Amino acid sequence: MNKLFMTETAIHALLDGMARDLSRRIAEQGVDAPLMVGIHTGGVWIARELARRLALAMETPLGELDISFYRDDFTQIGMNPQVKPSHLPVDLDGRNIILVDDVLHTGRTIRAALNELFDYGRPRSVMLAVLISRAGRQLPIQADISGLEPAIDPQDHIILKGPDTLELYLGEPGAKDRAE
Amino acid sequence: MEAFGNTRLQLRDNGRLRHFLTLDGIGRELLTEILDNAESFTGVSERTVKKVPLLRGKVIANLFFENSTRTRTTFELAAKRLSADVLNLNIDASATSKGESLLDTLRNLEAMHCDMFVVRHASSGAAHFIARHAAPHVSVINAGDGRHAHPTQAMLDMFTIRRHKGDFSQLRVAIVGDILHSRVARSQILALNILRAGELRIIAPRTLIPAEARNLGVHVYHDMDKGLNGVDVIIMLRLQRERMRGARLPSEHEFFQRYGLTEQRLRLARPDAIVMHPGPINRGVELDSHVADGAQSVILQQVGFGIAVRMAVMSMALGPGPAP
Repeated sequence: MNKLFMTETAIHALLDGMARDLSRRIAEQGVDAPLMVGIHTGGVWIARELARRLALAMETPLGELDISFYRDDFTQIGMNPQVKPSHLPVDLDGRNIILVDDVLHTGRTIRAALNELFDYGRPRSVMLAVLISRAGRQLPIQADISGLEPAIDPQDHIILKGPDTLELYLGEPGAKDRAE
Repeated sequence: MEAFGNTRLQLRDNGRLRHFLTLDGIGRELLTEILDNAESFTGVSERTVKKVPLLRGKVIANLFFENSTRTRTTFELAAKRLSADVLNLNIDASATSKGESLLDTLRNLEAMHCDMFVVRHASSGAAHFIARHAAPHVSVINAGDGRHAHPTQAMLDMFTIRRHKGDFSQLRVAIVGDILHSRVARSQILALNILRAGELRIIAPRTLIPAEARNLGVHVYHDMDKGLNGVDVIIMLRLQRERMRGARLPSEHEFFQRYGLTEQRLRLARPDAIVMHPGPINRGVELDSHVADGAQSVILQQVGFGIAVRMAVMSMALGPGPAP
């Protein structure tokens, strides 16, 4: 059974804070014409929300990344039956990328996403923004912007549901965790 | 027709693909999954780096006992885009001519840690035979066996139709030409039935229609003009000149007169009908050059889609998925 961890209202408050942090970063670092790229599926929803809040700063449409072809556990779990094509609307060479995901946990999804991004081109920089950053990293990867860093039982899964109403749920062990 | 033993051979206990030998026994859901996966692989060809790391470290051997440059090339490209290592073995020219048995050749390739065999053979059932004798970790893909099956070709045809027409249930599809000798036609008919295509017609002279045709759930036409009337998809088959024995046809010229696709005949189909052909085309025998190169022809798209479909099949067979 999944139990509600965070309501829509609370998530939108986190997104407001992330958007403020992001625009400060963008201004400080002089990041020019950033391209926001969401990781399927939850990351795309978060990217959409952030892009809407940063409307003035964003000139290009959203990119979408499905990292299924880059997973390191393919031989164990096989093809993900719901792979969506990745879509990057512009040339990545020399671009500043804001990579967005819903939950940062082991870091393996981000590793896969970085590998995939570099198969599309050579970005100038990549910044990572996540709604939830939880403990349990297995790779040297950290978020530049995170909405919340909650203490979660290592056994629990945290799942973002959406896209119309964004809600975070805690799942018992065995519940399917899309994020990582 | 598909009498090569247990078709469950190609599925794992969890229902996932292990080999891909025939469309017989493959459910609609699995077939649709192949098409969906192929859809996501089409994007890979358009990127700067036309490669994904999915099958890195896997070894795929193309075992071609019968020549086919294009099919072998698209399988090779599909494997390479998945980052697998590829061995191309032209068997006729090597081992068997020195007297090595087929099973000895297989054992040697297994000892080299091959993970997949892509098999093309002039004998029906060859891929099944190899699959039955392959080591447990090895997957076999049928790239055409005798008159029996050519499942990846049929799947790329289904992919092309779905890209252009979407839903199969309302479609009228005509397959024209040498049905008798065509493993492509057999696999297409199975696939179209599994996908529940609205109406399936075969158009050919009596001498080029197999005796069991009436049991295939198809409408048989000997008059091409009648058969093409109102169809959405026209699949032309290659005249298998090298497989013809005896006088099944008076002449290629006469064949073109009666069953060649001309611009004039194409107008009998729906105005948005697409024209397909598995290649290589015999211009002026199966179809007119103007039709082959015309706006309704999707023949070259089929080649490109073939790579994506083969990537899907290879990655599904080599990614076993969770235990049942």
